[in-house]
Amino acid sequence: MSRIQTTFDKLKQHNRRALIPFITAGDPSPQLTVPLMHGLVESGADVLELGVPFSDPMADGPVIQRASERALKQGMSLRGVLDLVAEFRKRDNNTPVVLMGYGNPIEAMGWENFAKRCAEVGVDGVLTVDFPPEESHEAFEHLQAHGIDPIFLLAPTTDDARVARVAKLARGYVYYVSLKGVTGSGNLDLSAIAEKIPQLRKHIKLPIGVGFGIRDAATAQAVAKLCDGVVVGSRIVQEIENSTEQNVVANVAKLVKELRVAIDQK
Amino acid sequence: MTYNYPDSTGHFGQFGGIYMAETLIPAVEELRTQYLRYQNDPEFKAEFAYELKHYVGRPSPIYHAKRLSESLGGAQIYLKREDLNHTGAHKINNAIGQALLAKRMGKKRVIAETGAGMHGVATATVAARFGMECVVYMGAEDIQRQAPNVFRMKLLGATVVPVTSGSKTLKDACNEAIRDWVTNVESTFYIFGTAAGPHPYPMMVRDFQCVIGNEAKVQMPEMIGRQPDAVIACVGGGSNAIGLFYPYIEEKSVQIIGVEAGGHGISSGQHAAPLTANAKVGVLHGNKVYLMQDENGQIIETHSISAGLDYPGVGPEHCLLKDQGRAQYVAINDDEALAAFDALCRFEGIIPALESSHALAHAMKIAPTMAKDKVLLVNLSGRGDKDMNTVAKLKGITL
Repeated sequence: MSRIQTTFDKLKQHNRRALIPFITAGDPSPQLTVPLMHGLVESGADVLELGVPFSDPMADGPVIQRASERALKQGMSLRGVLDLVAEFRKRDNNTPVVLMGYGNPIEAMGWENFAKRCAEVGVDGVLTVDFPPEESHEAFEHLQAHGIDPIFLLAPTTDDARVARVAKLARGYVYYVSLKGVTGSGNLDLSAIAEKIPQLRKHIKLPIGVGFGIRDAATAQAVAKLCDGVVVGSRIVQEIENSTEQNVVANVAKLVKELRVAIDQK
Repeated sequence: MTYNYPDSTGHFGQFGGIYMAETLIPAVEELRTQYLRYQNDPEFKAEFAYELKHYVGRPSPIYHAKRLSESLGGAQIYLKREDLNHTGAHKINNAIGQALLAKRMGKKRVIAETGAGMHGVATATVAARFGMECVVYMGAEDIQRQAPNVFRMKLLGATVVPVTSGSKTLKDACNEAIRDWVTNVESTFYIFGTAAGPHPYPMMVRDFQCVIGNEAKVQMPEMIGRQPDAVIACVGGGSNAIGLFYPYIEEKSVQIIGVEAGGHGISSGQHAAPLTANAKVGVLHGNKVYLMQDENGQIIETHSISAGLDYPGVGPEHCLLKDQGRAQYVAINDDEALAAFDALCRFEGIIPALESSHALAHAMKIAPTMAKDKVLLVNLSGRGDKDMNTVAKLKGITL
């Protein structure tokens, strides 16, 4: 059984929601990524989403754009991200790690090489933002062959027929984009999420994580009541941006602990 | 007709597709459905034809650049005068087509990316013409080099948003326009400026721009009794080029030549010529194309004297035409383009856009190697008024 499924099964037994923080690999520096990952887990994270920096992050708001720029400036690459996961696995063999990014760095490496290396280093899932199901045949085939879960996005604009289509391909969990916009936007509509999730459940039997625009503990708590996992990205990346190399791990840990407490409240 | 692309999923062989985030997929699907619905609708076609004739001023003439040709002593150079269109470039053909579609889809707000500013001006123009709100994204560096066009867009009522991320040029303006679209997807129509991006844009933009080649196919026999020996156009994303080329694809006697921006030279690495430089296939801005990138798949910064060609990718249909060998792609360096710019000013009294100067420069390069009865048709895709600042600066002149 995959780490992702094991994790969600265990959470379900205890009637808890997954806390899924996102950080960009190599931000603020490649040396701090693995300590940050361990810090996230120790503070209560269940699944880690690790952003693969890309020169043209079209779906991201300014906060994650800047994180990508910082990481790229320090030489971070897809191969470098995979090496960081290998490093992380030396101390943590249980927490699922999902790579999230854009398709071109993977295309450049080749899907077969990439999927093979993912399996070697202990990546559990891959979310390619700009590869919808229509363009994911090759990706799906190689990821599946190596036991890596292809994670797909669903959006407020996704209709019922598309949800059914995604349901056939998706593995691990499904990531519901809670608003129309880029990462870190502020116009999240709780009632719209409350309405949409049951519609998704008609087709999606996997756990559903919700993200984009979850900026504080109160929102995280409210969203947690509606789904199986809460993804927090820009808010954490912002904390990284506002910290120094000395206090970044502690600051991020403090924030994630607050989020943990919030989503665990019944 | 044996050539029939894209296929129903928007692919030109291995190129093209719909590589977009999920939030925008329903929007591009809706666009495709609506375009297919109106594409052959007599009322839509009549309105488009009316606007092209009475608002744009089509058909654009073909002009025999006799003095320039004589000075070169070889093939005759003819110019398709897209520079004479309203707003000064071919971009208006596509902007009108998409605005008419936006109107039918009930969209009150249009957005666009722009490099040289010609597509931004064309979009601002049609937005004013049809009473729509208009926001144009433009790289901060391009805003510097194309100041007159920025002012034109503002006069036309558009909001021009400077883009300061990345290389601050066309690709970054595209990123920002896509971010706007994903945020305002229900109210907004993205008037994409070139024959690239997610399906149906490469097909739709080509179809709207084909008026260039369709006119030329009628005009050339009227002028010289036959079709030209070659058609030549500059290629950034490649919309003016595909507009001229597409109707000639099945005319096998006509050579097709696309001219990319060679910048400081292909070997310098500072250029915007993915096809000529044999760039690897990659995915950016919704489509799979030949793409300038490093070994890690990061998009690299391009260089061209002309903002409109300063783009790391190229439309998917050009990628296919290259692979099929039906079209040939070459590069012209900054200084060669500038020399062609000067020559057309002096010999013919026409100030061309720096983009179009690349196509002209290639024609000037090959004309002397050809017999005097050979004919080269160059798409003069735009006029050079917008480039006064850039050219003056290169000549060391302060305006």
